[in-house]
Amino acid sequence: MSFSKLGVRTLALGYLALLLAAPVAMIFYRTFEHGIAPVWDAVSAPNAVRAFWLSIEIVAIAVPLNTAFGVGVALLLERGSFRGKALLGMLVDLPFAISPVVVGLALVLVYGKTGWFGDWLIGHGIQVIFSVPGMVLATAVVSLPFVVRETAPVLRELSTDAEQAAATLGAGAWQTFRRITLPAIRWGVVYGVVLTTARALGEFGAVSVVSGRIEGQTQTLPLYVQGQFENFNITGAYASAVVLALLALATLVAMNLLTRRTRRREAI
Amino acid sequence: MAIEVRNVSRRFGEFVALDDVCIRVNDGALTALLGPSGSGKSTLLRIIAGLETPDSGEVRIGERVVTDAPARTRDVGFVFQHYAPFKHMTVHDNVAFGLKVRRRPKTEIRARVHELLGLVRLEGLADRYPSQLSGGQLQRMALARALAVAPRVLLLDEPFGALDALVRAELREWLRRLHEEIHVTTIFVTHDQEEAMALAEQIVVMNRGRIEQAGTPRELYESPRNEFVMSFIGPVNRLGEASFLRPHDIQIMPYATGEGTEALIERVVHLGFEVRVELKLGDGRDVWAQVTRESAQELELHEGQILAVRLPEPRVFA
Repeated sequence: MSFSKLGVRTLALGYLALLLAAPVAMIFYRTFEHGIAPVWDAVSAPNAVRAFWLSIEIVAIAVPLNTAFGVGVALLLERGSFRGKALLGMLVDLPFAISPVVVGLALVLVYGKTGWFGDWLIGHGIQVIFSVPGMVLATAVVSLPFVVRETAPVLRELSTDAEQAAATLGAGAWQTFRRITLPAIRWGVVYGVVLTTARALGEFGAVSVVSGRIEGQTQTLPLYVQGQFENFNITGAYASAVVLALLALATLVAMNLLTRRTRRREAI
Repeated sequence: MAIEVRNVSRRFGEFVALDDVCIRVNDGALTALLGPSGSGKSTLLRIIAGLETPDSGEVRIGERVVTDAPARTRDVGFVFQHYAPFKHMTVHDNVAFGLKVRRRPKTEIRARVHELLGLVRLEGLADRYPSQLSGGQLQRMALARALAVAPRVLLLDEPFGALDALVRAELREWLRRLHEEIHVTTIFVTHDQEEAMALAEQIVVMNRGRIEQAGTPRELYESPRNEFVMSFIGPVNRLGEASFLRPHDIQIMPYATGEGTEALIERVVHLGFEVRVELKLGDGRDVWAQVTRESAQELELHEGQILAVRLPEPRVFA
């Protein structure tokens, strides 16, 4: 290997190690410094368990929502022709550009007590802000672009020949989508779902604003970690952080196994 | 089923793809749409299939006006230039697709797919994926897929365009025999005049969105209506503005006979049975003549030789 190649490789790996590997490794190290028992106590504390399930609940709602919406918008952007297409494309990227805290505040302005829909919502007994619906909304907004942005390029590359062939064979729009288009773009969708899930699990800023951070009620796992840290419960914070990291890792591994198995079956 | 296209026009922005086109294809016929790229032949085929909509005009399949009918209701089999395989499905599932969409019973589907794979000679490959097939096999799979639903008409867009010469000739022959067997009204698009001549009963010559001439291969060759058809169908020498000569009509004789006009051989190209002789005439014009291998040997044709040639009356288009 040439000297310069070695140099580039060392630099890249060193950068990753300093920024990513070392801090994550430190968290694991500090968590298990005093053995398993205190860690287990920390993660099985009622509020920690509640935070865990709340995170799962929010992800379970927000991710399917964004998947359906994302595939739909990607289809519109790549296959449709209508006025305002460029505007739609820009709007989709907006959550990337806006700070999550601002997203949270904006949601409060619209759905909060004094917001646009505030009176109507109160009148119908629906609480959005400081409760789960608001947190789902916030999570959905900040993780909205991933599925669109991962799916659209795959659709763009995909020739419309196969879809047209399906049409000449008698397939309607929905059948063509489900049997032809979706299987062809599914790796893009899957990757988008993985990124959406990871982002949704880890979301802090927007959720923090709309949740009100009520302990044992509206604390997701990241909020719980932050809360424990602020209360100097270092073991609790680290232990929950590890749970969060493992959840994200499990998502990645699950998707990886899934795609690998189907890929082999199809021998593409 | 007969196909009729009446006064169809189609523009793409400024580009006129089809300009008031009318054609009629008889039930059971094998027809070629022949023309250079950009002549509108593929657009016409796609309009018949319902994959493109005309700006004006009417399309009929059988007695039915299908101008505004969506593709899926037209009962056409369409074979795409690049086959458009469903890559995530096996050969079997590709062929079965149209039947599954029509919710036919499983046993019927299995029997029909088996029958079709036999017809296109892909019996052993039912469980393969398209990525494991050669170009010729993909082509035949696409054909089986289109035929599975027993379409009223079969449309093929440059069916042999992406194949190498040998497979091409073989598939062409095979398609001709298949058509004799199943007799479904078939239109195929090609830019290869030899392919059109070899395969089609009727050829529609297109150029710049218009129909130049339609007829049997023989009619087009022997009595072309204009210079475009003359120069597109069969080999040709251009003598003047609009005067043409077929290379095989040029007669070559030894110089000594004293007949004809003199000509100098610039090049002799051996193409097997046919020999191509490039000549410079006494008046400076370049022509080429097509002679058989035997007569080339007899006359001992070689570069730099001086000969006598007799030119028939050229065909002149006003």
